[in-house]
Parts: sequence; C-alpha cells; structure tokens
Amino acid sequence: MVKTEIKLKGLTLKNPVMTASGTFGYGEEYADFVDLSELGGIIVKGTTLHHREGNPYPRMAETPMGMLNCVGLQNKGVDYFIETIYPRIRHFDTNVIVNVSGSNIDDYVAAAAKIDALDDIPAIELNVSCPNVKQGGMAFGVTCSGIEQVTKAVREVYHKHLMVKLSPNVTNIAEIALAAEAAGADSVSLINTLLGMAIDAETRKPVLSMVTGGLSGACVKPVALRMVWQVSKAVKIPVIGLGGISSATDAIEFLLAGASAIQIGTANFIDPAISAKVAKGIVEYCERQGVGDVNELVGGMIVG
Amino acid sequence: MKIIDFIIVEKQSFQRAALLKLKSATQLPEIAGGQFVNVRVDGCDKAYLRRPISIHDVDYQNNTIDLLIQEKHEGTKRLCALPVGAKVNVVLPLGNGFTMPDKDDNILLVGGGIGIAPLLYFAKKCNYLPNVNFLLGGRTQSDLMLLDRFRNEGDVFITTNDGSMGEKGFVTEHSLWNTMKINKIYACGPMPMMKAVAKVAREKGIWCEVSLENQMACGIGACLCCVENTKEGNLCVCKEGPVFNIERLLW
Repeated sequence: MVKTEIKLKGLTLKNPVMTASGTFGYGEEYADFVDLSELGGIIVKGTTLHHREGNPYPRMAETPMGMLNCVGLQNKGVDYFIETIYPRIRHFDTNVIVNVSGSNIDDYVAAAAKIDALDDIPAIELNVSCPNVKQGGMAFGVTCSGIEQVTKAVREVYHKHLMVKLSPNVTNIAEIALAAEAAGADSVSLINTLLGMAIDAETRKPVLSMVTGGLSGACVKPVALRMVWQVSKAVKIPVIGLGGISSATDAIEFLLAGASAIQIGTANFIDPAISAKVAKGIVEYCERQGVGDVNELVGGMIVG
Repeated sequence: MKIIDFIIVEKQSFQRAALLKLKSATQLPEIAGGQFVNVRVDGCDKAYLRRPISIHDVDYQNNTIDLLIQEKHEGTKRLCALPVGAKVNVVLPLGNGFTMPDKDDNILLVGGGIGIAPLLYFAKKCNYLPNVNFLLGGRTQSDLMLLDRFRNEGDVFITTNDGSMGEKGFVTEHSLWNTMKINKIYACGPMPMMKAVAKVAREKGIWCEVSLENQMACGIGACLCCVENTKEGNLCVCKEGPVFNIERLLW
C-alpha cells in the first residue's frame, strides 16, 4: 500500500493531485467524469471582491500543444461565491481551495478575510499572476516588493493555509518566491500562464480581444518544470507544481523536481477524467518503483 | 455527460465534409436536439483541443450517433480523414439544445452550410408535429448534403448564392417568407446568416432560437472562453447555450 498523503501547513492532501484554478470550474462541472474524493484538492475559479465580466470574446487561441486565453477573471464576486456556490461544494470529500484575485491590495484583503470565515475552505491560493487583467493580477507578482506587500497584507487577515501562485513572466522566479515566503506564504504554486500572443496572418489582426493572453497546456511543461526546480531549491516552504501536466509521468517529473504536490490545468479540457487518472498513475509508478511513500519522490531527481 | 470511445462503423465523404457514423459499445445517454459532442483529435499536433461537433442523428437501438463534419482547419480535416474502424473519443452530450415546440406550432428550421447538421436530429425529435419545414442555404449545390435525409423528415426549401439549386440568394430572401405562416424559427449556420434570420424574425415578430458556435476550449462551462455577451452578461455558449433565444442576445 503506497502512502500518498501530503501534509502541508494546515492542509492535508490525500494525494498530491489537485486541479488548477480556471480549468475545473467549481468541481461540479467535472463530477460526471471524476470522483472528486479521489483528488487531493480542487482549486476553484479565480474569485474577486466584486463581480467581474471578464474580457470580451474572443478569449482563446489554440497553439501547437497548448492554448492562449484572456478570460480576465470573469466571476460573480466573493459574496455570490459564499451565498450560492459554497453551500453546494463545501461538503465535497476533498480540499476545496479558493483562488483569490484583486485589482488592489484592499480588494485582496477584503476577499481573503471573507473566505477565512468559511469553515470548509482550508486554504486560499493568492493569484498575483493573472496576465489578463489591466490592474492588479500579475502586476503584484512580477516584483519582489509587489508580492511582499500583497502577501503580507493578506497574511494579516487570513489564518489558514496561504498558497501564493507565482507568475513565470519574471527574470528570476526564485527571488519572487523568496519574497512570498518572507511575507508569510505557507506554500507557493507555479507556474501561472506564460504571456503570449497570436496574430491571424490573413486578416492581420490579433486573435485575442486583448491582443495578449496566457499560454498553457503541454507546451509549457519544460518551462514550468525548470522553474519548480529553481524555486524548490531556493525556498523552505512547499512548492506546488503546475504547467502542462497531462499524465502521471508528467506529475512525477514535477515531484522529482521538488514539488510537494501538483495541479492539473488545461489537460482537464482534453480529458475531463485526467485528474483522477493521474492520481492512480502516481500510485502505480510508486508500486512499480518500490516507493512506499509519495513524499520520498519530492526533490528526488538524481543529478550526475 | 459521458466520455465514450466510439468506433467509426460507416463513412460517407463529401467535397469538404464527411458523415461519420460512430458506434458505442455502451448505452448512449439521452440526447436533446441541438446538443453537441466534443471530439478528441488524435495524432494531430495542430489540434490540441477537442472539436465541438453538432449531433446530426442518433440511433438508440444501435447506439450510434452521426456526425456531419466540415473540413475547416487541421483538426476537422484529420477527423474527416479517419477511416471506418477508427476509434474516436467523444464527450457527450453537451449544451442545452433547442426548446421543443408546442403541438400546434408551425416551425421553420433554417440551416446554413454545415449548420444544417443539428437540424435533422432536432426535426426527428419534433415528430409529434404534423409537419416540419426546413430552409437550407449554401453557397452552391455541393454545400447541401444529405438532402434525402431532410426530405424524409419534412418539407425542404433551398437557396444557393449562385442559384445552382433552389432559389438564388440568401435564406432570408426565399419566397416562403411571404407565403408561409410560421410561429417558431430555429436557426443554425454562419453568424451573418443567423443575424439576418434574427432580423427577419424580429421584423415579423416570430419567436426565434439560434445555435451559436463560439470558439470553445473545455466544452463544459469551466474555462469561460466561448462566452457570448448577452443581456444577462457573458454566458458560456458551451453550457448555457449553444442555443439562445434571440431576445437574450444583444444582436
């Protein structure tokens, strides 16, 4: 029997597999395909203090082995989440984690404080890395001072597990991760999407309404893996790895690079049942390799 | 919703399209007229995401669905090139489907190009009506496929832009609009066609639903990529649609 439990500060995952914000709705959308109790956690849609309509259509461009999106954090606001969605999802037999975003520090703090009061939400993922909003979002996540300010402010009002989601659109992601750690983050998750764009050569127009968007999917995996490795060497807090994970083998590579747990994002669109398959596949790998505890894989890359 | 590995058991090729009959080893879920499927494209590095395709016909006894697929880009070309015997991974059924008409309604199903595809199965679902009318439009004769199937389900009226079949012009220019008494319109086709049909429906005060095909990623309402800006804000075409009453839309 392979031990799969992952213990993070104030947050116990039954296995290292979570689903990434913005790719799994509120979990309900996937209930026909995945037994949610087989997952370590689900990270629900980006939630902001106030309702956001998001960006205009078109919001998506397919790329080789990936996609660009500029959805722009469309959501009905934290109060709607608390009143309407939370009662429906609070008793899922998995960790329900809320991704929190904002356009200024006060909004982040206000939204995080409201979610702190919800008994069945054991953690938030602070989104300081969304590339698709004009103010806030990634602006906080690309400088050490920015991430420090917002993390520190939220840490004061949020008393459970605080995960901070990092942007890959920086020169040195390890420095950013260290700043988040110093400001009180309990873990960091990475990577959010890579800023990219697409042009239609025939019409000479941008494909996305916002011109630029965030790249995700299998194509970003090597970049994500490298960043997870760099960050896990730099910080003491756990690292949650994501970016292009589409199979159990991909997930294991992230664990070996130093991630304590992983998230599955865009791959949910191609196979809506992939998350539970990855959880099972990790156990099969451990059995095959004679690994008794998934935690033994974390940072287990053999160099030289 | 289910994920099913189908096998292609029959195939008919057209100039830039293919009709695939897919058989499931397990029982099909109940499918409404106007719902769609999301098809995985295997072995094509330019098609990372699934392709949303209308459901053209369903046979519950044999557990088959028919998909009429137009070759548009690499992904749909790949699907159209699949041989009989190939495995096709499909998520279904998706979306809301058309609103079923009342017993005494006189309905007109307007299809343009590949938009004719979902109207056949919807018409079969409407078999409790005395009659169903199709108004099908194409650029030219070869765009109008499988007409016998439509003729089996109702009266078929045709327009082509070049006059090679039926009346010359757009679907909104067909003479039936002056003679036929219609109280419900269901339309699926290119955006300019559906907007033109919606305009006619508004002018004549006829109830009208359209099936949109905004570009999708997940197909199940999770990613929020395919939104249509409506009177109620941005709604997912994949989940809250693809069928919308024109009164909910901003056009």
